[in-house]
Amino acid sequence: MPSTRDIRRRIKSVKNTAQITKAMQMVASAKMRKAQQSAISGRPYALLMNEVLGAAISGAGDFSHPLMERREIKKRALIIISTDKGLCGGLNTNLLREAFKLPASTTVYITAGRKGSQWVARLRRELLAEFSPKDTPRFEDARAISKFAQELFLSGKVDAVDVVFTNYINTLTQKAELTSLLPLDKIQKLDPDIRGAGIKEELRGITGLDTTFEPSAPNFLGNLLPHYVNFQIFQMLLEAKASEHSARMVAMKSATDNAKQIIKDLTLEYNKLRQANITKELLEITSAAMAMGN
Amino acid sequence: MATLKLEIVTPEARIFSEDVDMVTLPGSEGEMGIFPMHIPLMTQIVHGEVLARRGGQDFLVAVGEGFVEITADRVAILTDMAIKADDIDEIRAEEARKRAEARLAEKLGDEEQAAVQSALMHSLTQLNLKRRLRH
Repeated sequence: MPSTRDIRRRIKSVKNTAQITKAMQMVASAKMRKAQQSAISGRPYALLMNEVLGAAISGAGDFSHPLMERREIKKRALIIISTDKGLCGGLNTNLLREAFKLPASTTVYITAGRKGSQWVARLRRELLAEFSPKDTPRFEDARAISKFAQELFLSGKVDAVDVVFTNYINTLTQKAELTSLLPLDKIQKLDPDIRGAGIKEELRGITGLDTTFEPSAPNFLGNLLPHYVNFQIFQMLLEAKASEHSARMVAMKSATDNAKQIIKDLTLEYNKLRQANITKELLEITSAAMAMGN
Repeated sequence: MATLKLEIVTPEARIFSEDVDMVTLPGSEGEMGIFPMHIPLMTQIVHGEVLARRGGQDFLVAVGEGFVEITADRVAILTDMAIKADDIDEIRAEEARKRAEARLAEKLGDEEQAAVQSALMHSLTQLNLKRRLRH
């Protein structure tokens, strides 16, 4: 049976924890709003670029670009976009479960975010490069990752590049997704509601009239394709950030709620014990008085 | 009369999305004017100004590098920067230009060099547009 002092001590420590998680929740929710905003405002661009690219590829006829080349997959690279810190619920667990699906023997890893690197290191898998994008991802961060992946693909060291990231759907829902980045052999139509890789149907180009390219189709696509890959990664970084902050906010909110519940339970127990003690003392006094009186 | 739907989109926002009568844009092969019922065309744009005309009224937008898809009834511009002429803050653009020039004087990595270079071009484009409007 714990004494009242023990319970008081526990209440105090739980209160402290609640205060910390509450503060973290506030920080996360402020960051979340910003991250969500930038993830959502990037979507029109991603959609339009997707459309333009689809039209360009179908309009260019039997043109082929090295980035579109489809080879037999002997080695594939996986880009893991994870968070740097924990305390965000099951976000990284879900993400890495997705990453785990690819066979270890034929996969090499590129990571963005510390949790991903730790996971690769723990499983003793082959880590090619480690990037650490800032808390608000910039386009340059994405370009660096993308350039590395493209060079890897073009030099023939890997035959495919996939990405696993957390797609932001709303504050309560984030979905870990594994999507193919390279080769760009099939450009798939994006879902207008959910950016990510919400794939609905194969993209069709404009039909009927032939499209003219200025200066030329290879030139246009040669510039557009690498940019498309850069931007894809950028958008994924944004989505991952929005997911991270949302997940952290939700996790911290439930932690605070739990702490409050525990405080409530403990206070009840404390009061019960206190009253029991008082009753016991009263009993002792009265029984002592009665013994004296007789 | 047929109209064109002009869309200008950057990674940050959709800057412009309206029906217009005519568009001129700074193509990589030179300035080009687009009227409705244009043949499908894909091209790239360089730093410069996009002019949209609707009912005798002109709208100017400063744009960065990007890609354009032109169809009979639509002009879609994807660019890394787009600011309407009215929204350009000349003082801030001038400051950005100075900052970028100062940064260029330092030794930078490839990636950074490219980023600063494009920031410089962005501010220069905005300044040019503002100056031209005054004359």
